[in-house]
Amino acid sequence: MTSPGFYPTGIRFENIEKRYGGLAALRRIRFEISPGECVALAGRNGSGKTTLLRIAAGLVRPSAGEITFPASSRGASIPSPAARPGAKAAAGFVSHATMVYDELTAEENLLLFARLQQTPDAPARVDKLLREVGLFERRTSLVRTFSRGMRQRVAIARALLHGPSILLLDEPSTGLDPQGVSWLAGKLCQLRDAGCTILMSLHGESEISRLATRALRLDAGIIVADTRNGSEVRSILTFADA
Amino acid sequence: MSLLSSTNVLLGKELRTEFRSRELLTTTVVFILMVIVLFSFTFDPTYTESRRFGPGLLWLAFLFAASLMLQPCFLREQNNDTLSALRLSVSDPFAIFLAKLGANTLFLLFTELLMLPVFAILYNVPVLRVFGQLLLVFFLGSLGVSIAGTALSAISAQARMRELLLPLLLLPLLTPVLVASTQVTVGLLDASPFMEWKGVGFLVIFDVVFLTALWLFGEYLLEE
Repeated sequence: MTSPGFYPTGIRFENIEKRYGGLAALRRIRFEISPGECVALAGRNGSGKTTLLRIAAGLVRPSAGEITFPASSRGASIPSPAARPGAKAAAGFVSHATMVYDELTAEENLLLFARLQQTPDAPARVDKLLREVGLFERRTSLVRTFSRGMRQRVAIARALLHGPSILLLDEPSTGLDPQGVSWLAGKLCQLRDAGCTILMSLHGESEISRLATRALRLDAGIIVADTRNGSEVRSILTFADA
Repeated sequence: MSLLSSTNVLLGKELRTEFRSRELLTTTVVFILMVIVLFSFTFDPTYTESRRFGPGLLWLAFLFAASLMLQPCFLREQNNDTLSALRLSVSDPFAIFLAKLGANTLFLLFTELLMLPVFAILYNVPVLRVFGQLLLVFFLGSLGVSIAGTALSAISAQARMRELLLPLLLLPLLTPVLVASTQVTVGLLDASPFMEWKGVGFLVIFDVVFLTALWLFGEYLLEE
């Protein structure tokens, strides 16, 4: 699924702060994700997970601090998606919302974003992804006729269109049935093994959370736990909502 | 991807989604039709009165219809957070604005041209002999309304009380466009039609200035 120009890329958060008026959503966030690492973000609702992911995607400008994307020895370092538009190509983002148009078909949605991202041989790439997410037979149906789970599959396909070297996933299993969750876990495992860096926010333990090699726990915008120890990772994710 | 190719792809998306939902066009056409028909029966204007008051009424109807059309322009990108997907996919965010204002201008122009024969019949104003000049004024006026309106729609979509904010900001800002467009239209619908070039020049300058401002600062309007 990775593109020919794919280089494993890490993410470095340097003293990231985000304030909305008087509310501090993130405070002094400082950590680094190595290229090819799979990191799970845990924490209660409102702890800052989504804000952190949206900052990493370049959708939200931090109030202070900087994000860089250090590449492996094969690739050049990328300053930030917001600072350099070309760097957006490195990341694929799945949000709470589906980020696809209800009035377009699944195929039209993916072709739209593939063309905007200059994906080579877009129609073939779209067909391949639609088969992978199990929506090829429904490719000409309008997205508004889809169930939430089917929309989520389109959303995941959209994020994978350009073969990103970083995946930012905000509760990616939202709406997926058990088969869908298994498929997504398999896909993420395959991408992780190919060197794709994954940062995902999760609630509780699941097939997907078992892929994480590291877990971070956010509380009121501060990182309160960071571990690579297998049993501690499980513990952080299991008690994320405690 | 170049700015023009991105704009082209996005304009195609705007037209396709609108012609499927017909959300904006239906509202606008019905609104303008109601205003024009209602005023023609209420005032029952004479031939001379029609020429004097018609252009003002026409542009007022266009302006209010445009404010209805512009409201959902960015608002509907928020339903599924599709604006974020667009921001992540385009290399130049100005393409998002260009596509939206292009689509808005086309929709507005389409509505105006659809309503022109109705206006001509109900108000007994001949428009065929000045059709080319009217088309130019409609285009420049609609472009001005769309440029300013698209920018303000992006601002208001992220604000609280967004339904109130857009008309509140839009109507005073568009007063100069409305005055200039009306003046030029009055000249064209006169018994001896003439082109008010000063008004046309003003519309061109307004469009260029606002388009340049949007190109320079548009990116900040899309930020969360």
